[in-house]
Amino acid sequence: MTIAFKPDETYRDDFTFRNSPAAIRRFPFPFGEDVYRYAVNIEPHVRGGPTAAYDNLFDIDEHYIAECRERALVLAHDPKRCQALPHMMAAQWDTLELLMENLSTDYPEHFSLVRDGYAWHWTNRALGIEQHFVFGDAGTLPCEPLEYIGRQMQGDLTLQDQREDNLFMDAGMVTCQADWSLEFDLGMKFHEWHGPVPLAHEQGVFDRALKFLLNLQLGRPVRRLNWTMTINPRMDTSPEQYPQWGPDRTTITPENVGSRVHLRVELQSLFRLPRSNAILFGIRCYLISLEELATIPKWSRRLHRVLQTLPPELVEYKGLSRFRDTAIAWLAQRDDGAPTSVGTAPD
Amino acid sequence: MTPAATIPVVVREVRPVTPLIRRFTLAREDGLPLPAFSAGAHVVVVMPGAARTLRNPYSLMGTSADLSTYDIAVRLSETSRGGSRFMHEAVAPGSKLAITPPVNLFPLDKLARRHLLLCGGVGITPVSAHVRELVHGGVPFEVHCGARSIEHATLALELRAIAPDAVAIHLDTPGPTMDVEAILAEQPLGTHLYVCGPGGMIENVIATARAAGWPESHIHWERFTAPPAGKPFEVTLSRSGKRITVPPEMSLLEAIEAAGVDAPFLCRGGACGQCETTVLALDGTLLHHDVYLSADQKAAGDRIMPCVSRADCRTLVLDR
Ligand code: FES
Repeated sequence: MTIAFKPDETYRDDFTFRNSPAAIRRFPFPFGEDVYRYAVNIEPHVRGGPTAAYDNLFDIDEHYIAECRERALVLAHDPKRCQALPHMMAAQWDTLELLMENLSTDYPEHFSLVRDGYAWHWTNRALGIEQHFVFGDAGTLPCEPLEYIGRQMQGDLTLQDQREDNLFMDAGMVTCQADWSLEFDLGMKFHEWHGPVPLAHEQGVFDRALKFLLNLQLGRPVRRLNWTMTINPRMDTSPEQYPQWGPDRTTITPENVGSRVHLRVELQSLFRLPRSNAILFGIRCYLISLEELATIPKWSRRLHRVLQTLPPELVEYKGLSRFRDTAIAWLAQRDDGAPTSVGTAPD
Repeated sequence: MTPAATIPVVVREVRPVTPLIRRFTLAREDGLPLPAFSAGAHVVVVMPGAARTLRNPYSLMGTSADLSTYDIAVRLSETSRGGSRFMHEAVAPGSKLAITPPVNLFPLDKLARRHLLLCGGVGITPVSAHVRELVHGGVPFEVHCGARSIEHATLALELRAIAPDAVAIHLDTPGPTMDVEAILAEQPLGTHLYVCGPGGMIENVIATARAAGWPESHIHWERFTAPPAGKPFEVTLSRSGKRITVPPEMSLLEAIEAAGVDAPFLCRGGACGQCETTVLALDGTLLHHDVYLSADQKAAGDRIMPCVSRADCRTLVLDR
């Protein structure tokens, strides 16, 4: 199926990013019940799920071209958003192979990959890119393999080396993160880069998650959802850009809350990579305004109830304190108290 | 995690390597390329034994440069519970088997400035893959292979042909045997040590390295413990509501699988931790044979690694 891209929308300045009705229905809504509950919600990353966003292992949608342009803008301003330590070259090639294979198989109208031994021919019709290169020879690409394929992906990528029974974030391309920094986390161990999450440490969650990931198997990727809220459809809410987006949080009024406050969902996926034994962490970010969300009554009812039961330390951690009450008041008008159906799929 | 989906393979070639070791070349039944892998990885070979399905882990010997086939080497074990005997006696070119996708529990450390690899007997198989990867990198390395005698050293001679300056061979007959202490003493600070071979050799190398002050993070080993035979015992699987008997020549994991219960595993050798199972009730003693649980965890008696461990008990109830 050919995707109708919306190449001109923006994630900055005039913020013209919008979701079509079809994009709204495929949104990976994260809340399965009416109360907030912390859970290690890791599940197999298999094709198929509550919405079409789960149909492929790497999801491409109507925002593809605009998001790739946004990534290019961020990288032009701050090249350090893409970094790789020298021992991660095999993992970079593993990543390029995995992504090219999946995109060309799942979206043949937009991408194609022809392989003759190590001589590869990649075509990205959506971005108008054509490249002949030698797999394994970085000199035959215009930049290193991670950056090359990362610029053609929606979502961030980080690469974790596995050694000393731990995972080290030793490479990544990160332009649309929710308030964390590759420059700061590069080279860190698993527990260090997960440092500041409240509640989770107490529950021994990271010990178990690490043990689980060290045994992650080839061909059996896993996923989990994470969420926060962002003012305006702004992709780049990195610490480096805080002066740009931090003050936005004080500008929310009952009049603009529906159009400006966005639920931001990260579909995080983890893959074992074959040649390098590294782990690829994909962070695919979805944005939806409260107004758009409210076109699915089940979702606005549920978001209202979840926000009411969110523990104070998480309200603080997710940076929602300044506008949570305004958002709850807006959502309350759209919550008639009716029961919601089980699961996250739209009704 | 449930057991990995297996890949149907056909045996292309069987070659005797030494009096005890045979090399098997495997290709996918559908002719497609096999998954790429990193040096040190193993697959679990699933064999259709006469009485029961046999599953043994074997290291991959080659590199990802040619993925049309995998090479594994199987040593006929005197105490075989059936796996290596089946491979030696029942498998010929054209035989059909299945394998799990590769898993690496014995990778090279990518930040090492120098690698020292020691292996004995069939423990040379993962090292064969390591050497093939190392000859392409710029990092210095040194390999010492121990073998009983020259006719048992075929794989070591192959490695020496690939890296003549880096590979030393030590024969028990005529000797001299490998002097681990002397080899370790010559290494510059920061070297990473890898050892694979019979249990006694691994223990000796690890103990020697620790005594010489090597940091734990620089000592790596791979030991697939073959599940030891033992006395039969009875187990209740609480979640699936089954009661099973584990016969002497079957592992607890195999008995669970034979009862039709899906149980997780990766290495089947007591090393990876994947099969860890909670003990809900026990009247008797657990016989831990794994290298995964700590001494404290073993003493606590509240969990077991069913791929290698057994029990001497009147009652054992597992959360499975
Ligand atoms: S399967 Fe690896 S420890 Fe049991």
